[in-house]
Amino acid sequence: MRLNKTSKKNYLTYAIVIVAYVIMQIVAGGGHLSSSLKGMLVPICAYVVMAVSLNLTVGILGELSLGHAGFMSVGAFMGTTAAIALQNAIPSAPLRLTVALIVGAVFAAIVGFLVGIPVLRLNGDYLAIVTLAFGEIIKSVFNNLYLGIDANGIHMSLLEDKTNLLEGGKLIIAGPMGIGGIKKIANFTAGFVLIMICLVVIFHLVNSRQGRAIMAVRDNRIAAESVGINVTHYKMMAFVTSAAMAGAAGALFALNYSTIVANKFDFNTSILVLVFVVFGGLGNMLGSVIAAAALTILPEALRSFASYRMLIYAIVLILVMLATNNPTLKGFFASLRGRFDKNSEKEASAS
Amino acid sequence: MKKVFAFALVLAMVFALCAPAYADGAIKIGGTGPLTGGAAIYGMAVKNAAEIAVEEINAKGGIQFELRFEDDTHDAEKAVNAYNTLKDWGMQISTGSVTSKPCEATSAETYADRIFALTPSASSVATVTGKDNQFQMCFTDPNQGSASAQYIADKKLASKVAVIWKNDDVYSKGIYETFMAAAPGLGLEVVSDTTFNDGNATDFSVQIADAQSKGAELVFLPMYYDAASLILTQASAAGYAPIWFGVDGMDGILSLEGFDTSLAEGVYLLTPFNADSDDEATKAFVAKYQEKFGEIPNQFAADAYDVVYAYAQACEAAGITADMSAEEICDKMIEQFTSMTFNGLTGEGMTWAADGTVTKSPKGMIIENGAYVGID
Repeated sequence: MRLNKTSKKNYLTYAIVIVAYVIMQIVAGGGHLSSSLKGMLVPICAYVVMAVSLNLTVGILGELSLGHAGFMSVGAFMGTTAAIALQNAIPSAPLRLTVALIVGAVFAAIVGFLVGIPVLRLNGDYLAIVTLAFGEIIKSVFNNLYLGIDANGIHMSLLEDKTNLLEGGKLIIAGPMGIGGIKKIANFTAGFVLIMICLVVIFHLVNSRQGRAIMAVRDNRIAAESVGINVTHYKMMAFVTSAAMAGAAGALFALNYSTIVANKFDFNTSILVLVFVVFGGLGNMLGSVIAAAALTILPEALRSFASYRMLIYAIVLILVMLATNNPTLKGFFASLRGRFDKNSEKEASAS
Repeated sequence: MKKVFAFALVLAMVFALCAPAYADGAIKIGGTGPLTGGAAIYGMAVKNAAEIAVEEINAKGGIQFELRFEDDTHDAEKAVNAYNTLKDWGMQISTGSVTSKPCEATSAETYADRIFALTPSASSVATVTGKDNQFQMCFTDPNQGSASAQYIADKKLASKVAVIWKNDDVYSKGIYETFMAAAPGLGLEVVSDTTFNDGNATDFSVQIADAQSKGAELVFLPMYYDAASLILTQASAAGYAPIWFGVDGMDGILSLEGFDTSLAEGVYLLTPFNADSDDEATKAFVAKYQEKFGEIPNQFAADAYDVVYAYAQACEAAGITADMSAEEICDKMIEQFTSMTFNGLTGEGMTWAADGTVTKSPKGMIIENGAYVGID
């Protein structure tokens, strides 16, 4: 079977994620994995999904989103609420986790759709401004939202706790205190499966008729419109898909900690994810995966530097940026890739 | 040049993977707290004071401690990462986390891993509820709110009170709620109740004007010192001079860089530690802290100092040695802490309930001539 360049890269991405998962499982199974790395596996999965989903908006659709953490927040709060509310209804933890991720994704998609309706009709950088504001609004909403559950169903109030729960009821979202006492049901395998699903969805979307339309909109909007592509429709498709994935990532992330607050998903988190995307290369999913994993581990690996930790983190970032943009190194990688392609072509023709 | 870059990169990676060397025969105490970022004053105070206490205890011979403190930037995710790093290091006893929300996250971990934790300063209730091996050296937040209302009423400081609080902060909200619950019963009338949050913590003119126009004689500020410093500055500019009343988060306002400490003159705060106390132990601690770090220690520092000494007392009483596992130590510590009485800088005759909360009495303080002075 001859593969074109894109599918080869896609399969390489799948392969790297699978190999990383298998290696981690083997090392963890042998008990050689440090607690530090073990504790980071689920957040890494969540950040990888965040990075690839943002890359769909920024790299493939070509729109700048500065509020991706907002969708993560929606997913985290809604997914966790679902997980807590269904604690008795669904005793099986993996099933409850799945439901939580789906709930998180659906709510984030709905919110993404609502944000997209006015904004994606506009040209220019409006999406960046609106998503920036959106991230802040979501943060405020969850900081003032009280949501509880009792025998009569779900109660909700804003600003003050007016839920008046019955005896035996449980306040799930407690305004600024966020959600506490979460049962940690997220695990590495679930994170891995989520990454794979997101990669499959993105690669298939990009390689489809719709994906080509999305990229046509990115490359030249006027030309795309002139051949009859509905610009808003395709923008919406990419944006909502991206939001849904971020929602699932948020639910996964939240269910890995015993407590979650809205302030965690602030502007800094949005920028952090954007850094993963830029670092890995716009439109380059494999790059996003690697960048998200590496940049999540890096600050922890630098702990032995104590006070100089964040300084060195910044220096390492700059050095890697310089190194990856270095013409000599680029040439080296290009020649390596060329050799790899030739070899595989030879093999392909031989078989 | 490229080679230099590459070399530097390799060096950085190698250093990162090197584990720090440690001494044998010492019980390993680990803790996390914000050493960088907005809440760094608390984390640094705890770290510094714990270091002093460990040095003193080690110098005495007998029980030997080794302390490692990791940065969590006041974030739950980072706190769990820092905790896991400490676990890899071989931590046997934990001092939890310095701030509330991160401590709630790490306490779930220490509970699951059966590592005993006594937090110096994480005051939210959720930190200790339902976890038999989690204890607090500080008051819980609700305690502070009702104690403040009680104090204001007892000392007849004011009858018309304004409250400015941060509605997206666990700490602020916890204190606010119990204050509001206790105030009416004590004859305090809350005339103005205004909020702010993380995103708009720079301009307080609306809140100050509201308190001023409604004639509040006292403004209760259940918040950390950074926002409080701005409120004091802006109220002074607006010509409003009520009695200011803060809780333990106000502690640290005098060491805030760039803040005109004359604005804090006459501010009341309710905190269990008073650096001007005549008590011998406090004097010695304050002198040592000042000599080493050039600052007057705040309440967080005193709590951390007490935590290490409480550990020393408990370890000695239970005969804990460095070769015991964390689980063994944990069981013995729970037994000790629920039965022992501890005298420290932040109170005499402290005891702990089985739910992990401490019993001690708060002290009222007022800021005079740029220093905290005890009232009682």
